[in-house]
Amino acid sequence: MSNKPVESLEDVARSVYKDLVEAKIPKVNLSTRTKSNIVFDDDSRVWKYGDQLSTRSAKTSDGAYMLLRTIYTIEFIKEMLATNKSSTLREMYYISEGWDFAKFHEQQESDRLVEDLEVITRQLREDFKLRPEENGASIIGNLTVEEEVRRGGKRRINCKDDVGDAGYTIPTNVEKDKLRLVDADGDFIIALETGGMFDRLVENGFDESSRAILVHLKGQPARSTRRMIKRINSELGLPVVVFTDGDPWSFRIYASVAYGAIKTAHISEYLATPDARFLGITPSDIVNYNLPTDKLTDQDVKALNTELTDPRFGNEFWKGEIKLQLELGKKSEQQALAKYGLDYVTETYLPEKLSSLGMGG
Amino acid sequence: MASTIAEELAEKQREISVAEFFERNRHILGFDTLSRALVTSVKEAVDNSLDACEEASILPDINIGIDRISKNEYRITAEDNGPGIVKEQIPKVFGQLLYGSRFHTVRQSRGQQGIGISGVVMYSQLTTGRPARILSKIGPDRPAHLYDLIIDTKKNRPEILREEIVSWDKGTGTRLEVVAMGKYVREKRQSVLEYLRSTAMINPHAQIEFREPDGTVITFKRASDRVPQLPIEIKPHPEGCELGTVMKMAKDTESYRLSSFLVGEFSRIGNRTAREICSKALLDEDLRPQDLSRGQAKRLLQAFGGVKIMAPPMDCLSPMGEVLIKRGVKKEIAADMVATSTRPPSVYSGNPFQVEAGVAYGGELPKEQTAKLIRFANRVPLLYQQGDCVITKAVESIDWRRYGLEQRGGEGLPVGPVVFLAHVASTNVPYTSESKEAIADVPEIRNEVELALRECGRRMQAHIKKSERLQKLKEKEEIIRKILPLIAEKTSKVLDKPIPDISPIIAKIMDSVLIDGKSDYADGFYRVKIGVTNYTLHSKTFGLYLRFPSTALIEDASPQLDESKAGLIAWKLRLGPNDSIAISLRMGNLELGDYDMVECYVDKIDPEKVMGAEIWNGEFT
Repeated sequence: MSNKPVESLEDVARSVYKDLVEAKIPKVNLSTRTKSNIVFDDDSRVWKYGDQLSTRSAKTSDGAYMLLRTIYTIEFIKEMLATNKSSTLREMYYISEGWDFAKFHEQQESDRLVEDLEVITRQLREDFKLRPEENGASIIGNLTVEEEVRRGGKRRINCKDDVGDAGYTIPTNVEKDKLRLVDADGDFIIALETGGMFDRLVENGFDESSRAILVHLKGQPARSTRRMIKRINSELGLPVVVFTDGDPWSFRIYASVAYGAIKTAHISEYLATPDARFLGITPSDIVNYNLPTDKLTDQDVKALNTELTDPRFGNEFWKGEIKLQLELGKKSEQQALAKYGLDYVTETYLPEKLSSLGMGG
Repeated sequence: MASTIAEELAEKQREISVAEFFERNRHILGFDTLSRALVTSVKEAVDNSLDACEEASILPDINIGIDRISKNEYRITAEDNGPGIVKEQIPKVFGQLLYGSRFHTVRQSRGQQGIGISGVVMYSQLTTGRPARILSKIGPDRPAHLYDLIIDTKKNRPEILREEIVSWDKGTGTRLEVVAMGKYVREKRQSVLEYLRSTAMINPHAQIEFREPDGTVITFKRASDRVPQLPIEIKPHPEGCELGTVMKMAKDTESYRLSSFLVGEFSRIGNRTAREICSKALLDEDLRPQDLSRGQAKRLLQAFGGVKIMAPPMDCLSPMGEVLIKRGVKKEIAADMVATSTRPPSVYSGNPFQVEAGVAYGGELPKEQTAKLIRFANRVPLLYQQGDCVITKAVESIDWRRYGLEQRGGEGLPVGPVVFLAHVASTNVPYTSESKEAIADVPEIRNEVELALRECGRRMQAHIKKSERLQKLKEKEEIIRKILPLIAEKTSKVLDKPIPDISPIIAKIMDSVLIDGKSDYADGFYRVKIGVTNYTLHSKTFGLYLRFPSTALIEDASPQLDESKAGLIAWKLRLGPNDSIAISLRMGNLELGDYDMVECYVDKIDPEKVMGAEIWNGEFT
């Protein structure tokens, strides 16, 4: 195993140590992780962090705590790597219970620190043997994968024939050493926000009738789900469409699949699928299909306005749709299509929308 | 034979009994809801007790008890150590509506509120049919009289059901027991508890014990041994008089001449002014006041406005004073800081009034909630109709953001750990309505309330700034004492290297002498502790000064004081790098609330090199 993760962590500790020896107030610099500091990378066609740097300095108490926790975390990961163990992010959060006053107050803080360490060291948390406890989402469709299983050995799984109605569960690690994509017999991937819609398409046999590979995103998709979609897209050449509810939060789901998420912009290249297209529900669909709606809440309106200043939504399509939604003051769920019957989505809506994107038969 | 319409109407136009009057006006009398009925009942009883004790210069000990008898039936018991009521008066005071009311006097009094204690008797009788029980005793060697009575609602007269002499192991006092329909709510802005808490705040000389229906006993402790000065009665000031009042006064006077009527019955009218008024009104000075016609009275009233008359006397008001308000607030609100302000007396439409305000900040007050507002008129808490009150309007129109609070758009009630209170004392509080729960928006009063609140606000702002500085200091101390050493230790361990010396970094972060003072109060003493640490790389010699209330007695100072003058103590200190010293002393002769915050000053040192103390600019004389 390469020693690079350990080296890179020690580099962080070394720079702090150097400050201490030179009687400087210790600090670390890292890319600013806000929407004001994401830029479009022309080569990879995804959004990455720009040049803005934030400094965490021991001059302030927040900065000092952050530094101390960073050192604790580095020590913890180093020990874990030395003993060939791994842990979940949640376990790491609980490990910090033993750090006295340096302990994290909620898991969000420790998750965020791990991401910070990824940004600083340019490593992935998988390299630090840290994994999320969330299980990945599910896939149903004619896709064959080969997965390294627990007790060694490989297992070949077809995501149509070898799985139940719940589909194949995407593991937390989908890197090549764990998972190989064998082949796929399908025309495209359709990524779905809700379980209800996933089940509807399964029940209606959409995967077979339209030669689609269904991926359930489970809301805001986990890293492994996005990585999986990215790999199928780039390695097997299948186009991707994203089908979500018609509200600002769903637009963000699409953005994280296609453009990269602000929180993980340092690894957008691994996770984002720039060719993924947004299928719906668009605010225009709400009008065109006369869908049942709910009123936008104050938070919805706030989120839409935030998106208007988010560079990822800076193109004409999104600006137009977001403004339209603000005008309408309405949102719709994808399951609102059931207004026209249970088959409407697979027989009418999806074929129409796919052909408008130049896809499907 | 059919009766005429007039006769039929006459049949209906019988006298309205007091009971009916009461029923129809429940809302303005304070008995409109079940929960309010309990509050009003307690309020009338407590107001009476406080007034009686005040008149007799007795420090009030008041016991209130509420017991639940059935679902909506409660027994209310109110007992005081007041002067007691003479036997003959007892039935009238409790059994006759509007008896002994203060309609005729011009003076700051609680008793302008509501309908009085007989209203409570009436309410309980109407809702449960039970008589009121009264026990009263006017001297240690006098018998106690017990009455069970109801009000004869047709005649508005007491009807005595039982009357006897009993023994009561109390020097003097009165006890009232009624059973009424009600609903007991706890911890609401409009509740018996809240009313008593506010009452205790504005009457720090009273000790109030309250037993809730579930048996919980809450004691509001006495914080002052001074019975407030009894407000002095004054005669009406001409400026505030209305036509009807003047005509009635003229009818009732014992004077024979108009001029002596003016001099004798009004305040601030002397012989010369009286002459001036008469000539302005084209009235004969010798006119018999009883003969004054409507037209003449009108001219007289106009003349009042055209003649220069001195403002009414102000000694008729009895404000609480800043110190007492502060004590009152401190004992009922666990705040870090209480600022109070008493404005000089002022006048609106010939009525003297005076405003006092207080602001309590920090401590255990909730940080994320809308500020609480406590209103008083003549030492009575106002619990209802907050939105209509001039005090509310004054608070809401101030931009509290300038004083360090959060407030949307710079108006309305701010958000934060803050309680505002304001007290309007007047011989004639201008209430918005008969229910007397809100003070009308009179510009003069509003202005005074604003001025008083702003003054408190300025002190609060100074406090907030100071606490923020202190907070920053604490953070820095935490960094250098706890976090940084651990960062050094852990980093060295990860890299397997020796732990570096971080004292130069500490000096870099602090680079100053840190002064941190605290105080706490117990058993009549404020204990003050001041920690002084030199975090610079150099030795420092400087003077440290501590401000204290001039009435305080300083004891047990360690190290020994170098000098002490009125209100100021001084030490000469010399500290090497990383040296620290703990100073402690205690201050006696102080009540809780008399000392706010440890205020330290230094001199003969670079101000940039000090944290936690101001530079002393004054002379130490």
